[in-house]
Amino acid sequence: MNNHMDYLKQRVLAGLMSRREFIGRAGALGVSAAFANTMLSHAVHAAGPKKGGTIRMGFQGGSTTDSLDPALATNQVALMVIRMWGEGLTELGDDGSIRGKVAESFSSSPDARVWTFRVRQGLTFSNGQPVTAEDVVATIDRHAGEDTKSGALGIIRGIKSAKADGRDVIIELETPNADLPYLISDYHLAIQPNGGKDAPDAAIGTGPYILKEVEMGVRFVAEKNPNYWGDLGHAQTLELLVINDNTARVAALQSGQVDMIDRVPPRTAGLVARAPNINVHKTSGPGHYVFIMHCDTAPFDNNDVRLALKYGINRQEMVDKILFGYGSVGNDTPINASYPMYSELPQREYDPEKAAFHMKKSGYDGPIVLRTSDNSFPGAPDASALFQQSCAGAGINLEVKREPNDGYWSEVWNKQPFCTSYWGGRPVQDQMYSTAYLSSADWNDTRFKSEQFDQLLIAARAELDQGKRKQMYADMGTILHNEGGLICPMFNDFIDASSDRLAGWVEGVNGFALMNSYAPLRMWVA
Amino acid sequence: MAPILKLIAQRVALGLLLLFMVSVLIFIGTLILPGDVAQSILGQSATPEALANLRRDLGLNDPPVQRYFAWLGGVLQGDLGTALTSGQDIASVMWARLGNTLFLAFWAAAISVPLAIFLGLLAVRYRDRWPDKLISGVTLASISVPEFLIAYVLMFFIGVKLRWLNPTAIGFRPDADVFTKLEAIALPVAVLTLVVLAHMMRMTRAAILNVMQSAYIETAELKGLTLFSVIWRHAFPNSIAPVVNVVMLNLAYLVVGVVVIEVVFVYPGMGQYLVDHVSKRDVPVVQACGLVFAAVYIGLNLIADIVSIVSNPRLRHPK
Repeated sequence: MNNHMDYLKQRVLAGLMSRREFIGRAGALGVSAAFANTMLSHAVHAAGPKKGGTIRMGFQGGSTTDSLDPALATNQVALMVIRMWGEGLTELGDDGSIRGKVAESFSSSPDARVWTFRVRQGLTFSNGQPVTAEDVVATIDRHAGEDTKSGALGIIRGIKSAKADGRDVIIELETPNADLPYLISDYHLAIQPNGGKDAPDAAIGTGPYILKEVEMGVRFVAEKNPNYWGDLGHAQTLELLVINDNTARVAALQSGQVDMIDRVPPRTAGLVARAPNINVHKTSGPGHYVFIMHCDTAPFDNNDVRLALKYGINRQEMVDKILFGYGSVGNDTPINASYPMYSELPQREYDPEKAAFHMKKSGYDGPIVLRTSDNSFPGAPDASALFQQSCAGAGINLEVKREPNDGYWSEVWNKQPFCTSYWGGRPVQDQMYSTAYLSSADWNDTRFKSEQFDQLLIAARAELDQGKRKQMYADMGTILHNEGGLICPMFNDFIDASSDRLAGWVEGVNGFALMNSYAPLRMWVA
Repeated sequence: MAPILKLIAQRVALGLLLLFMVSVLIFIGTLILPGDVAQSILGQSATPEALANLRRDLGLNDPPVQRYFAWLGGVLQGDLGTALTSGQDIASVMWARLGNTLFLAFWAAAISVPLAIFLGLLAVRYRDRWPDKLISGVTLASISVPEFLIAYVLMFFIGVKLRWLNPTAIGFRPDADVFTKLEAIALPVAVLTLVVLAHMMRMTRAAILNVMQSAYIETAELKGLTLFSVIWRHAFPNSIAPVVNVVMLNLAYLVVGVVVIEVVFVYPGMGQYLVDHVSKRDVPVVQACGLVFAAVYIGLNLIADIVSIVSNPRLRHPK
């Protein structure tokens, strides 16, 4: 039978047999459809990438108001466009490790304060200009400069100076940071000629594609860069269409108008996966949905109130009913297994008795107002209603107040003492903690201020011994778990889907949706 | 004809005044909305420094009145300005989007207006018999269902299940030939037709039935004309005024009210453009779109008034 299956596989690869026919024939040999499908994708994979053709994508998040300037990119579509034309100094590997991209190698001084990145030999921008260390320095300058609007400012604020020395870029930091190569892989920091100071939105970089047509918030077309140095980019043409409506996006994939979509709604993902020509991909990442309390505002300034609410939430129920199983339970820290130095804490469970105990101990018995809106995360009002019910089981009176989507991020989030929100997560612990849990962080949306936590965070940055560093992060996780203002019930999976016109999806790539946004560059037209 | 010219001049002047007031209202509206453009651009990732830098660059620190008059000055010289968010020239982007919207509206109108009037005539011809009831039932049902639901239902059955047409309008691009374009907008046009049909059909039917009570209709019948030619020759011309009014209202709806349809079908028209910029508080773009929409409304109503006057001798020659 094995020989016969191999024969059938070869015929599919040679284009002599359709996928559907293959599954039918395999069924005749007693192989289930699901298994036959897996076998086939392995066979396609083993045959290696095919060059040429067009990959059409339908993604959510683009807007007419976007700009091509990578500093101003804020959504999935803008990120994907940067991936096409640009590259950073470093990039995240599939296993979450960090490796050079425009930099061929990097190293640091023993105290992790001075870093040297060596620019790859013979690299050129898509306009033919060679890439120099000066271009890299200028890029860092532009994002860190006085009048920057860059989304990466928070990441690279710690850079004291960057200078070019031949092919080397020497970066000196204010304080030591062992994670600099991770931080600098941020997608905003695509290397541009002269740092993009002359033409920030020219979309000229070292990436595998060159943008040909740009219609903001509608569509982008890119052609393969004939002089690309790396092994990314199999299709000749990429066409990215902005489809913000969930139903339209799924319909476009089902009818074959596009080959790949992102953000399949969890509610319908199971139904979408039933179609024979569509593969749904789920990736667990660092993104999480949260309920955040301000630790400095009554009644949340009392840790017993915070603990009562943490015990009053049913995490598994949220994963089942809000994420429809596409996710995992959280443990009141923003860190999960997708982080490189994760260590597990004892899982906090729903415990109405403990919740009631802490509430009583706090001495507070008034109502607690929770603010929520549809756009704070998908299903947030429903999740709030579930939270309300589970709290009622512990005798806690939670009042849910619905806020309009419009203006939620400017008026409610980071302003009101208790609300729903989400975090996309970061590639490393240090960055996640520095962004939102350090006392002095701009986005400390829980107003969490712990000296011990801050000291550990600063110390961990300079710690190059991985074992010790891991222990420090574990300790910080424990502090946050027990004292923080964060209630994290769930980590949401990314759900993407592609049609069987494409091959080459790799399961379990570390990072964010769409194989960390490399899917269109790594998949090919089968 | 002099009274008509005078009337048109009056209406145009009134229209300009209305436009001015609309622009003031839109400006105040965008000021009342929470958050500003800088916060919306930077979103959750706003740092105080970045916010301050962006506000300064966009000129948001000037007082609102000064910003409004700076904008008004530009518009009077024909300069709609640039979008705060992307820095693009508003006029060039907006005219292209308006062209797309008009293309969609034109085809929806070209199908729905004759169809509605024909169905209205048919309903009168078979009044209170089954064709009348069927037409009324179907059109009333289609206007009662929310348009996005009709859109999703058609998308699913015609686009995904039967594969007769593309479920979304993403195949619509400026350089495509006219057949590709028409195929891309087939489903949106179908939905729009269903949405506007009932209103126009009902008005045609009611207006003609009203006229049918008149003595001259009885005379026409006694002359031995068939019922359909009575309706077509005698009743319809006398009921043009109310029909044109409702047709114009629906045409205006096709241009300015198709936001939902454009978003659902991913059609690059004015609606989507406006929605994106409202959510980003991009005032100049919202102003420009608002002006165009208001102008379309006012213009179409003007046409409706003129047509009713021209079609009615009593109004044409006032005593």
